[in-house]
Amino acid sequence: MAYKIVASQCTGCSACDPECPNQAIFEKNGVFYIKPEKCTECIGHFDEAQCVAACPVDKTCIIDTAYPRYQAA
Amino acid sequence: MEHVLQTASPGHNRLKPITGIKVEVAGQTTASGCGTSGGEGKASCGTSDGENDMPPEIWEKVKNHPCYSEEAHHHYARMHVAVAPACNIQCNYCNRKYDCSNESRPGVVSQKLTPDQAVKKVIAVASEIPQMTVLGIAGPGDALANPQKTFETFRMLQEQAPDIKLCLSTNGLMLPDYVDEIAKYNVDHVTITINMIDAEVGEKIYPWIFYNHKRYYGREAAQILTDRQMLGLEMLTARGILTKINSVLIPGVNDQHLYEVNRAVKSRGAFLHNIMPLISEAEHGTVYGLTGQRGPSAQELKEVQDACMGGANLMRHCRQCRADAVGLLGEDRSDEFTQDKVDQMDVIYDLEKRRAYQEQVEIERQAQNTAKQSALAKQADGDDDIKVLVAVATTGGGKVNEHFGHATEFQIYEITAASTTFVGHRRVDLYCQGGFGEDEQLPSIVSAINDCHAVLVAKIGACPRDELLAAGIEPVDAYAHEFIEKAALTWFADYRARVTSGEISHQPRGDASIRQGAFMAA
Repeated sequence: MAYKIVASQCTGCSACDPECPNQAIFEKNGVFYIKPEKCTECIGHFDEAQCVAACPVDKTCIIDTAYPRYQAA
Repeated sequence: MEHVLQTASPGHNRLKPITGIKVEVAGQTTASGCGTSGGEGKASCGTSDGENDMPPEIWEKVKNHPCYSEEAHHHYARMHVAVAPACNIQCNYCNRKYDCSNESRPGVVSQKLTPDQAVKKVIAVASEIPQMTVLGIAGPGDALANPQKTFETFRMLQEQAPDIKLCLSTNGLMLPDYVDEIAKYNVDHVTITINMIDAEVGEKIYPWIFYNHKRYYGREAAQILTDRQMLGLEMLTARGILTKINSVLIPGVNDQHLYEVNRAVKSRGAFLHNIMPLISEAEHGTVYGLTGQRGPSAQELKEVQDACMGGANLMRHCRQCRADAVGLLGEDRSDEFTQDKVDQMDVIYDLEKRRAYQEQVEIERQAQNTAKQSALAKQADGDDDIKVLVAVATTGGGKVNEHFGHATEFQIYEITAASTTFVGHRRVDLYCQGGFGEDEQLPSIVSAINDCHAVLVAKIGACPRDELLAAGIEPVDAYAHEFIEKAALTWFADYRARVTSGEISHQPRGDASIRQGAFMAA
């Protein structure tokens, strides 16, 4: 699985963008998105998902159940 | 663009728009001879006490800064560019979904800007508003949580508009990491928002911080934050960078604690401690708004301000403006400089023209100060200790030049026989809308200036005049277009004469309320 950003909740503040260790986050029309194929849920990088920790709005960066859980190599 | 500069008053001595300026400029002289030089009485230059209190090199830096010097604020403008949207801490008075309700104003940062867009906007505004001398980055998040954007903006501005002073505002969490960079861009003013120095207090204000790739909560978060703030402040002081501290006064949370904060920041070299009232309304969606945490009354605010800000009148006029505010006094001209409009402007940055205009402003300031000094000289025989507050309607230029019905804020001065002291401003809802007075607005205006004995205006209608008199506030339009301090002192001499003659009796006034919500003056 990967994280996704709930677009309706995103304030476009960009706090998550520089924190992502995989450069998986991009901006489109003032809202931020996560490329699921690049997201590692920060496993192997940090103890907590950086987008979740940095985001000022609760429950905005959430697990995207459409993707299988990330497996560390 | 045909609009006239907002400092222009309808009466005499008005400043002309820059296109009509006719000032001989001798060589490259910069603006000098500020009215501040003669500021013995309180508040003549916003901080006449400040002038005596502080080292001359600091005074030199702040005397023309509209955010620091109340008197300069009548004449010079500042702008903020919203290039820093991200924040790294959560405050209970801020809801990031609607931007910061205390320091950036709720939900009203109309556009986020890239550094390129921001620089273009600054150049456009500076060309159109020659009194614009200060550029700040204050958010809408935290300037140092967006270091690339903040410093890229400063770098370009230093190249393209070297006469504009640069400031930034931060919560201090990342400050120790960027002090050297701040020094590099010649940022001479930094503001740190410090609401506590004790984590036990801090945990009631900050639910969490994001630091070193980790979220910290509660007391631990507050401890890290206060440690970083104090370290950052010490580092700035060591490098000679002027640092102001902002504190939000939260009754029952940090009101008493702010006295300790004051000692801690002053001992670490902060040159000014600005106390601002909590803005808290349920509709802002902030934790404090939703839990019913109230803001302070005017008297509660003044008590802490008097203790922490000392005699200096710096910052009493702080309007907690939005992170994209543009203009003078309480005005906001950001609508004139939206990205679309800026893109279409043909801008030439004319340094000489700006200097010439600013020299004209200095002449006007000198005149204001001279008027005050002569009015004070006439008061010398008054030895009673009557002290009153008066409200003043002004559009700038240091004059009583606003119609009561058009005022969106009043400036409050404390008057004694020997002094005038600026104590703050009060926002009100516009009384006059579409040419007709709105009677339902009047009670809110009365409650905003209820601690005042008089309100000085350029003009006032019969209806509000009667209502104000009934509330015990004397409406005064006899000093229209005169300099504020002179007008207030002259009115006060007349008031004292009437008290002495027994025509009226001097009664103390009650408290006033601080209007909540964003300042949305059009």
